[in-house]
Amino acid sequence: MQALLDVYKIKQDFPILKRKLRNGKKLIYLDNAATTQKPKQVIDAICKYYSEYNSNIHRAVYQIAEEATEEYEKTRANIQRFINARYPEEIIFTRNTTESINLIAYTWGEKNIRKGNKIILTEYEHHSNIVPWQMLSNEKGAKINYTDTDENGYLNLESFSKFLEDEEETKLVSLSHMSNVLGTVYPAKEIIKMAHEKKVPVVIDGAQSVPHLRTDVQDLDCDFLAFSAHKMLGPTGVGILYVKKEILEHMPPFITGGDMIKEVHKENTVFNELPYKFEGGTPNIADVIGFNAATEYLKRIGMENVRDHEIELIKYLYNSIKDIKGIKIYGPERVIDRGGLVTFNIEGIHPHDCATILNDFGIAIRSGHHCAQVLMEKLDIIASSRASIYIYNTKEEIDIFVDALNHVRRIFKV
Amino acid sequence: MSDDIYREMILDHYRNPRNKGKIEEPDVRIHDSNPLCGDEISIDLKIEGDTIKDVKFDGRGCAISQASASMLTEMVSNKPLTTIKDITKNDILENIGLTNLGPARIKCALLSLKVLKLGMIKFYTDKDPNSAEKLKEESKVF
Repeated sequence: MQALLDVYKIKQDFPILKRKLRNGKKLIYLDNAATTQKPKQVIDAICKYYSEYNSNIHRAVYQIAEEATEEYEKTRANIQRFINARYPEEIIFTRNTTESINLIAYTWGEKNIRKGNKIILTEYEHHSNIVPWQMLSNEKGAKINYTDTDENGYLNLESFSKFLEDEEETKLVSLSHMSNVLGTVYPAKEIIKMAHEKKVPVVIDGAQSVPHLRTDVQDLDCDFLAFSAHKMLGPTGVGILYVKKEILEHMPPFITGGDMIKEVHKENTVFNELPYKFEGGTPNIADVIGFNAATEYLKRIGMENVRDHEIELIKYLYNSIKDIKGIKIYGPERVIDRGGLVTFNIEGIHPHDCATILNDFGIAIRSGHHCAQVLMEKLDIIASSRASIYIYNTKEEIDIFVDALNHVRRIFKV
Repeated sequence: MSDDIYREMILDHYRNPRNKGKIEEPDVRIHDSNPLCGDEISIDLKIEGDTIKDVKFDGRGCAISQASASMLTEMVSNKPLTTIKDITKNDILENIGLTNLGPARIKCALLSLKVLKLGMIKFYTDKDPNSAEKLKEESKVF
């Protein structure tokens, strides 16, 4: 079989992967579920904006402002194609996934959720897909039902379906397409279909899935999709919210003020058309343009190849550590049901100690509760270690990681 | 390098913590956690006059947080309650032999001191509610 990605060539595009750490080690970056590294194409695009056509978008009539507006809107159109949305105005720029979900809760939620209504979430949600709904529910007197997961990290579709039966009361389903702890890729399409049969709209938190799986919002048929640029080679400070146009047309605005208006009078305001109605104030122009370079980069590689590379590498990682004495790996055993991460604990070693020692080897992994304390409670742990991969990781790096884990065990004598 | 961090003394206190558990009917019980890592420490104090007659800690977390708590209980046992006020961050770091911890891990090492200081404040505040602010100021709770 031919190599799926030319990883060594890809590595050359990432300046940070060439740097040496304090102790002379090369960086082995395995915290991609938190944020990914940026290729020089992205860094250059941001640099170019500031060096050559920095200006505010949408209104000024001079040349550089036209250039900036054009690049900014080109990004919107490219993202529309990247997730196969029908219209560019279905793409709203926010700061991050968290802000995208808050936008839904504060606008759509404010208008549509009433006392006694129910919202279905899951136990494995990131805090960003729990807290906005808790705030909304507390304000409105609504209730949240949490769909449970089984011990292998799969969703209990029966309990989900039971919650849906309550169709008079259930007004929204919101779930992550891929868990940032368990790594499970959930059957989003099937879940959306089940919800739509009961006429319940669905929010997909795509923070973990969009960077790794080819995403087609028309095929999924989700009503909302939220994700972040920085987890897919792009800069921090740019989030995306996709909303089906027919829903977006009936949503009240979120952040109000400049740019989101058509006319302002002393007593009233006429809001701007879609999607500008939802982008109040000067947006993060440079980083949106940087994100365009990131999506171009991923498109050139091909999302199918990204996924295949990850499956191969995660299979290798999983098999390399599964027999370590005292290790507990969370989430599905079937690697094909996983995204690009493995979360684990080794008995007798706290994840923070593990991560501190791995740092000596130049290895960056995440330790802690991963902003998923509801899931942590369910798993009855306070923390875990997580190794997450992306397009520039190699089997050699996994080998160093496994050797380092064994070194941790020797220090702790387990 | 973390070989310096995970020396035998830390690992010994981690595996065999001193004064671990709970005091029945403590005069003060106080709990806090480190939101970033999820380390948890609670401390029970038995006070006679102005002396810490008994101190126990309970909790879960990384080797640094748990070993630091264990060593702290040894440090203050049978000492006047007011000594807690004067214990500084550096005292703790020197006591556990980790003076060059990074900013993320230093919180682990200092969690138990924070809990102990809050416990002392609670003890005095229960007697005199007006003393809280002054005590907080004096004991440099972080």
